[in-house]
Formats: sequence, structure tokens, C-alpha cells
Amino acid sequence: MIGAFADLLERLAFTPQRLRKLDHLKRHFATQPDPERGLALAALTGDLGLRAVTPSLLRGLASDRLDPELFAISYDFVGDLAETIALAWPDAVPAQEVALSDLVAELRDTPKVRLPELIASRLDALGPSQRYAYLKLATGGLRVGVSARLARQAVADFGGLDLAEVEELWHGLEQPYTALFAWAEGGAKPVSAARAPFRPVMLSTAIDLEGVQTLDPADFAAEWKWDGIRVQAVSDQGTRRLYSRTGDDISGAFPDLLAALEFDGVIDGELLVRRGDAVAPFNELQTRLGRKSPSAKMQASHPATLRAYDLLLWGGHDLRGEGFAARRAALERAVAGLDPMRVDLSPLLRFATWDDLAALRADPPEAVIEGVMLKHRASPYLGGRIKGHWFKWKRDPMRVDAVLLYAQRGHGKRSGYYSDFTFGVWDRDALVPVGKAYFGFTDAELKELDRFVRSNTVERFGPVRAVAPKMVVEVAFEGLNRSPRHKSGVAMRFPRIARIRNDKTAAEADTLETLRKLLPD
Amino acid sequence: MHRPMTATPLITRPEGLYCPAGDFYIDPMRPVARALITHGHADHARAGHGAVLATAQTLDIMALRYGEGFAGARQVAEGPLRIGDVTVGFHPAGHVLGSAQIKVAGAGPSVVVTGDYARTTNPACAPWEPVACDIFVTEATFALPVFRHPDPAQEIGKLLASVAAFPERAHLVGAYALGKAQRVIMLLRQAGYDAPIYIHGALQKLCDYHLSQGVALGDLRPATVARGKKGDFAGAIVIAPPSAFAATWAQRFPDPVICFASGWMMVRARARQRGVELPLVISDHVDWPELTTTITELNPDETWVTHGREDAILRWCALQGLAAKPLRLIGFEDEPE
Repeated sequence: MIGAFADLLERLAFTPQRLRKLDHLKRHFATQPDPERGLALAALTGDLGLRAVTPSLLRGLASDRLDPELFAISYDFVGDLAETIALAWPDAVPAQEVALSDLVAELRDTPKVRLPELIASRLDALGPSQRYAYLKLATGGLRVGVSARLARQAVADFGGLDLAEVEELWHGLEQPYTALFAWAEGGAKPVSAARAPFRPVMLSTAIDLEGVQTLDPADFAAEWKWDGIRVQAVSDQGTRRLYSRTGDDISGAFPDLLAALEFDGVIDGELLVRRGDAVAPFNELQTRLGRKSPSAKMQASHPATLRAYDLLLWGGHDLRGEGFAARRAALERAVAGLDPMRVDLSPLLRFATWDDLAALRADPPEAVIEGVMLKHRASPYLGGRIKGHWFKWKRDPMRVDAVLLYAQRGHGKRSGYYSDFTFGVWDRDALVPVGKAYFGFTDAELKELDRFVRSNTVERFGPVRAVAPKMVVEVAFEGLNRSPRHKSGVAMRFPRIARIRNDKTAAEADTLETLRKLLPD
Repeated sequence: MHRPMTATPLITRPEGLYCPAGDFYIDPMRPVARALITHGHADHARAGHGAVLATAQTLDIMALRYGEGFAGARQVAEGPLRIGDVTVGFHPAGHVLGSAQIKVAGAGPSVVVTGDYARTTNPACAPWEPVACDIFVTEATFALPVFRHPDPAQEIGKLLASVAAFPERAHLVGAYALGKAQRVIMLLRQAGYDAPIYIHGALQKLCDYHLSQGVALGDLRPATVARGKKGDFAGAIVIAPPSAFAATWAQRFPDPVICFASGWMMVRARARQRGVELPLVISDHVDWPELTTTITELNPDETWVTHGREDAILRWCALQGLAAKPLRLIGFEDEPE
């Protein structure tokens, strides 16, 4: 029912915490019947596939019913087109409950020219929050902070299912996912009939210098940890797909790489933008990832390539039960037959002792390497993050001493605490913000930061407080990119507050110049 | 349709809205010799006037907030009163306990100044009364077509559903100390919620005052954890002024659900800006349909629009062919409630 869906969207929109969002989703799946819950799920995962209703169509509707000036004043205040229409639309007839299935079916079946009339008649018979949910459904942009993966996670949690199994099945399931919900409620596991399905990706656990000492170097193969996007390239009897490691289908954005998947099998690898042998920095890959259908020019300037790590299936054989060494040999044979400009091997590193490897790790040949991977030579390919098989030994994070500038209050368990911090470094004689961090600190440090913010506030902007630039924090981060969108010109990856530097004064904090030196060439 | 104005009965001065014929101000923002006060909210009722005329309850509330010496002299408004060349009358506004509209009548056109008013039932105070006038001076806090406030009982239903769904969490409801806090408590009681309700210390005096005026609020307890642990408030409803959420006070509750009872909660961005997890649209002002209905029913010669979003209501009056003008007074809060 649209009413229940509207309530769900409202709850999700106001719930920042991931676990709470899962609670709301599970509750919805438990209380709504088929096909309503399945359509809600499809809307959240972005799989509903309705022809998008455009903003200009909505504006047209609004100007038919409301004085344009009154509407403009309202829109200016509310800031969201669908919400303004939902709130200001005159109540014509008493609100009625309608099934999502009816609303979705008629939006699918109605010819485009008759859509305005259909939508207007529906708006007439819905209440304000239902109108909002309906318009968001019709425009296709829910924007409630729920990723497709989180929605699938909620189904898995709801049924006590393994998320990896749900993701493997996902692309073979039919809306409104009746078979999936039947499985979640104790029925049989559905059989996927789809070509080129996703297989759960094998993930690693973190390790450090101390940890590796407990392992025998002879048992492990090592390779670079490339800083791109982990992907699974599948080619199955002519159907080709590129999946993210969470099973999202990203094929559409990479037609150039897809064209090079001239095989029948499944390769695990890293998606990189590569020009010849040189790997481009991560933000160039991000630029590429941002284009849902990249232009020919973009494909030429930012070519997508695959650096192969592993082989899951090949020529109809499932290799996942074999050891890494055997799969690696098969991978080397497989990649030899592919276009080397599009698909190449992630090289194995030669080392005899952990000290050898530590030396390599300390001085990687390319900036886009974020450490080394250790893979047990005997391990089969196991979906999920299972300890003892694959380890990531990351490069030590980059660190900078920065000055706390702004703070914002957190949510949930951090309600009442200032826990989101913006920090800056010196650019000549001014502090410029260079990043935001909301984790990394201990509970005791959070209390100290909170106390500091409260007693050193100099200005308030809504929920944000500017603080006197006095406190120095050591910020750790995984990498640095150029960013024209930030005033400082740099953007940190995964910044976190490593510790509070009460031993330093603001004047002793680092400079933007120091930070710029960490940028990749 | 419009009779020409013979004399302007009220004018704006830096101190506020002034009546020359009676030599007094209505809800002035600065200390003046003689003030008529519509109700006890801080942006209308300020301390330091020479003499204050208001309802008995508004005078009591001002004394509670500012101390007994809040004005040089005070007078209870009962029945029509002659002040200088005009007659003034106080009529219920339905906004908060003690709230009144003030009618000023003299040789020229009569004026009604609404202060803040509401037309939905509020058991804490006498209901709003229509008062005929030539010039209607109305508030415009929620004067946009997007503000159509739902039935408050439905909003309280949302709160109770959330309490049932998350029994391990405390529900912290932000509500202003005068009016909204008691309104939320009464709505909860009307919905059959009879468990103790915990209140922030800043609400104590005004809740006690409501009790003394015969407004039943049920079992209220202080939200203090002098001896207790965090788990003490699991499943409880705690009411506090919204400012308390920014204070360390909020840190004592177990994974709280932050709620806020306000007409502003209709707009998502507003709710999210405040970090609200459960917005409750409960208002003690007229919404757009009530405001336009009121102007239609009273059919004054002129409508003057005070604080709030006057653009939309001026446009609406123009579309209806009604005379209206903005009355730009400084000093009212952008977000009263």
C-alpha cells in the first residue's frame, strides 16, 4: 500500500544510522504482503525500471492547479520539487489507500502523453506524504540514503539468509521478488535462470607487520593491492557483465572494457583507468565511474581496463574449489589470450622473507598501490570475508597535523555529542579546511573533543559550530587526490582522527604545501 | 469595496506597534511606558515595561519567567477598557494558556491584533473567537500553501507507534516550554498514554502553573538521572525544550530517538537540519487553510500582515481582490512556536 511505503520512506529519510535503517526495512518486509514489499524493494534497489517522470512534467502539473507565484514562493521555501507539490497540492477528494502494484502497473502502461492526466488524478486522491512517495516513485529518485546493497542486506537479515547467496541470485530474480521472499520465509531457495550471474567475491582481512610474523612466507603468494575498483568480469554464452564487489551491475558505464571480454568465464580483478602501462590516479577512475553512459571521447581519454587477480570459472569449469596456485596458473593461460591493452595480470611479487616484502611495500613502483595482498597458496576461492586465507597489508596511512575548525552533532548513540569534525591546515597565514572526519577517535577522545567544542564555540551556523582554531588533531588518511571542488584543491580518502595532539599548538600544524607534496604526480 | 481610512489607529515605531490615540504599544520589543501583551511567549512578552495590561494568566506567566518585578505596574484585562480615546478588549486566541487577541476601537476604524492564534482545539486554553473589525492584523508564521497541518492526534499516534517499536530507546520530544510541551502531554493523555512522562527541568514551572490553572497533565516526573543509569529511560517519553538537545543533557539517554513537535516539521529539510529522527507536526498557529478561511470569514476592509512569510498571503489577498499590506516589525523571532 502506498501509505505503508510512504511511512517507510519517511522513516528512512530521517534515520541516519545504518542499523536503524535495516530495522525499518525488515519491519516493512515483515508486515507488507507480496507483491507490495517486492515493489518497495525494487524501488529501493533502483530496479523498478519505470520510465522517469521529468521535473518539467511536474512543474506543468503544479502550474495547472496552483497559482504560479504562490507555487514559486513555496518551492523557494521547501527546496524540493516533489515535496513542494506533495504539500501544496489541493486536497480534491478524500485520500484513499492504493496498492503500489496498481500505481506501478499504470505508470508502466500509460502512454507518455497521458501521464500528466494520470498523475494529477492520483495526486487528487492521495494524502501529502503518500503524494510525496508517489512522486518519488514516479520520478525514480528516492534519495533516502539506502543503497541497493543495504536493501538486499535487509532482505537477507529478514530471512536469516546469507547476503552473499542473495547477491549471487539477485540478477536472476524476477520482480516483485515473490520467490526471494518465499525463501526468506522458510521456503525453497529460488533457482536463478539468468545468464552471467554474479558470484560472491573473496575478501581479505587486514594484517600488520606483527601479524605477518606468525605466518610462514613460503605458504603465501603476494601481489600489489591496486587502488581501483574491485570488479568481477563475467562472460557467459554471449552475455557480458561487470559487477562491483557487492554485486551491483556496472556494465553500462564500461562498454569499452565489456567489448574486450572475449571469453567464457569469470575473472576477478581491479578496474583501473590505464594508458599503456601507466595507471591513472583513483580520481580519474571516479570521473569515469560517474558517467552512466560515457561518451566516445571519455572512453578514449579514460580507457577502462581490468587487472586480473583470480579466475573463478573458465570454459565451463568451476575453479573455485582449487587452490590459489592452480587457479593462478589457469589465470595466466587465460589472460594470455586476451587484449593486453584491456586485460592484464596483476604481477606476483618475489620475496623470500617478510622483510623482503616489507621493503617492497615501503617503496611501491606506482602511486596507485595501497599496499600488498597475501594469498595462501592452498586456499580455495571463498565468497565473503573469511579469516586466514587472504590478507591485506596496507601501506601505512598518510598523516597530517591539522587544526579543528568546525563541528557538528552526531546521531543515535552520539546524540548530544559533537562528533563530525572539519579540520584545516595552514595556507600562508590562513587555515583552509581540507577534510571532514567522524571516526578514528576513542570514546574518551570523543568526550574531550565534545568538551572542547562546547567551550570554544565562536559562531553557530544552524547545527554547525565554528570553534576557536586551537586544537590540533593528527589526521590519518589513505590517499590524497586533486579536487577542484574543494577550496584547498585536495581531497583526502578515508580521513580519520588518529589522536589529539595536545602537545602541539595551532601554529605548529602542517601546511597545505606539505599536503600537496603527498599528491600523486 | 474599500472604505478610505479616516485615521490610522496603529502605527509602527522602532519600539513596536503603537496606538497614538491610547498612547500604548502592543507586544513591543523594547521597554515602553505602557504595553498591552497578547501572550507570554518571549518574542511578544518582554520584561521592563512601565505598565503592562494582559490577561491574568499572561501576567502570571510573565512573572514566572522574569520574576515578580517584570514591570512597574500590572493590570488584569477584564471586559472592555477605556484607554485615552480608545476602547480595548481582550478576546481568546486559542494559541497558549492566557493568549488573547486585542481589539482597539475608537473614532476611526477598529483593529484586531491577533498576536499568535490557532483554530484547532487546544484544551489548555479557551478557543479562538472571531472578532469583527475593520483592520485585521494577523500573524503569518505558517502562511505558505505547503502548511496544512495534520490532525495532531495522528501525529501523537506516530510517536506512540515508535515507542512501541523501539522499547529499548528513549524518545526525546523537543517542545517549547510554554504551550507546546503541555499540548504534547495532553495529546498523549488523550491517546490513552498513562505512563509517567519525564520532563526537563526547564519545563517544571510552566507545567506546575498549568496544573494550578486546572489543566490536567497526569503523572509528570523530572528527567534526572541523579542516581540512575542510562537504561533507566528505555521506553520512556521525555519532553525537553529543543535547545536541550544541543546540551550535554542529551548524552544521558539510551540511543535516543530525537523527536520535535513543531509546525515546521512539515518540511523535511527543516527536520533534517535539526537532526530530528521523528518529526511531529504539532502546531499552535493557524496553517494556510485556517489563515485564508479566517480572512474570508472576517472580511475586514484591510488585512495587515505581521511577522512570518507575508509574501504568499499578500499574493493570495491580491488574487481575492482583498486589500492587504505587510507590517514590517523587527524583533520577532524567525521561528517562533
